[in-house]
Amino acid sequence: MTGIVGYGAYLPRYRIKIEEIASQWGKDPTTIKNGLLVHEKTVPGMDEDTITISVQAAKYAVQRARIDPQEIGAVYIGSESHPYVVKPSGTVLIDALGIGPDVHVADYEFACKAGTEAVFVAYSHVKSGVMRYAMGIGADTSQGAPGDALEFTASAGGSAFIIGSEKVVLEIEATYSYTSDTADFWRREGRVYPEHGGRFTGEPAYFRHVLGAGREIMERAGLEAKDFDYAVFHMPNGKFPMKAGRTLGFEKEQIEPGWVVPWMGNTYSGSSPTGLVAILDVARPGERILLVSFGSGAGSDAFVFKVTEEIEAVRDLAPSFKSLLEENKIYLNYGEYAKFRGKILMNT
Amino acid sequence: MITPRYTREIPQRYHLEAGKCTECNFIAFPPRLICPECGSREFEQISLSPSGKIVTYTVVCVAAEEFSTETPLPIAIIETDEGARLTAQVVDCDPEEVEIGKRVRLIFRCIQKEGLAGIRQYGYKAVLEG
Repeated sequence: MTGIVGYGAYLPRYRIKIEEIASQWGKDPTTIKNGLLVHEKTVPGMDEDTITISVQAAKYAVQRARIDPQEIGAVYIGSESHPYVVKPSGTVLIDALGIGPDVHVADYEFACKAGTEAVFVAYSHVKSGVMRYAMGIGADTSQGAPGDALEFTASAGGSAFIIGSEKVVLEIEATYSYTSDTADFWRREGRVYPEHGGRFTGEPAYFRHVLGAGREIMERAGLEAKDFDYAVFHMPNGKFPMKAGRTLGFEKEQIEPGWVVPWMGNTYSGSSPTGLVAILDVARPGERILLVSFGSGAGSDAFVFKVTEEIEAVRDLAPSFKSLLEENKIYLNYGEYAKFRGKILMNT
Repeated sequence: MITPRYTREIPQRYHLEAGKCTECNFIAFPPRLICPECGSREFEQISLSPSGKIVTYTVVCVAAEEFSTETPLPIAIIETDEGARLTAQVVDCDPEEVEIGKRVRLIFRCIQKEGLAGIRQYGYKAVLEG
């Protein structure tokens, strides 16, 4: 059996409410909140980035996996906000966790599905027997241009997963990827903020890929929506994942435990992976989970997971998602938010 | 901080690597060649636990240029559970919450950036427990 043997999430403590952003740009907060189904989002501290978020999530994953970090043979971080364009985020992470130097490290990029991409490859290494453990991480300090629709949801956070074949917490029963050339969202070299195709990001991009991947993996696995206890879909806003889930035949009750976007925002590469960690706060042995990510450009990775008895042994070895989301929050006003995110033009 | 120096200090900055004198148990952080307590040259390599308490602190209101957007900036001398002392920024809190004797946890954060084009330097900072 191959699957996830350790997992961990991390969210910064800082938050900004949607009302605060809306009032800055003269927009009606009720209309925005009803349109997006998002109330507030996480904001990274001025000293936090994809590397520090990944390090903390990875430390929690190692705590739950109860393994020697030296046994991890590969570390892949998926993000669209790697702090360096040239120098992998993973190089800092392995030294911070005491992994390597016998380790394969790479940074992945595929818009919001870079995290599941990392897990996908890590899983293949372990399943093929090339290495005993491999780690895949999805983390972002998401970018949204001032005044753009993305600014209401682009948030910060991430999750890390260690793949192995002993003491498996979440067996991976099936994987599938669905990819095409669809220019719905992009960021050119040297540009600070991404561009997007507005409404084109919906049906031809998000829904085509998420539904395509969801339908195909269920068909290949011989499963239907009723065979799952939970489902988590990429969460660019609150509406899209709910609509995708209902279209695939899932009930609201199956989606809600991993539907973390209303109080966290869209953590881009960390979105659906962190929804999975939220489900693991409550999942019981024997339950089955469907995860479908989405990355603009565009593609979806899909996984079928089955929870094992090990979940009870590891769940409390690191902070729950609920505690990370709800405890010790510090709210920012728009001015503080702009300073934290480097949106103020300085003279130095 | 130039790149070679930063790279050499990674064991201390990333995982709190210290030296424990095998003669008198004095903990040197960063590691030393000679124990200042007993003069021994024999040390065992250990990693400090990432938790401790605030021994004393100050709040910087006028900071060096690279930290000027972070003021008011609490900086504390922290004693780890092994008895080693180190200086670290205390973050994710109101400076008013920082007090002598409070428990802290050391976390991994970006310490400073060498301008817009230089390296980003990582290491330990402290957050208040609870």
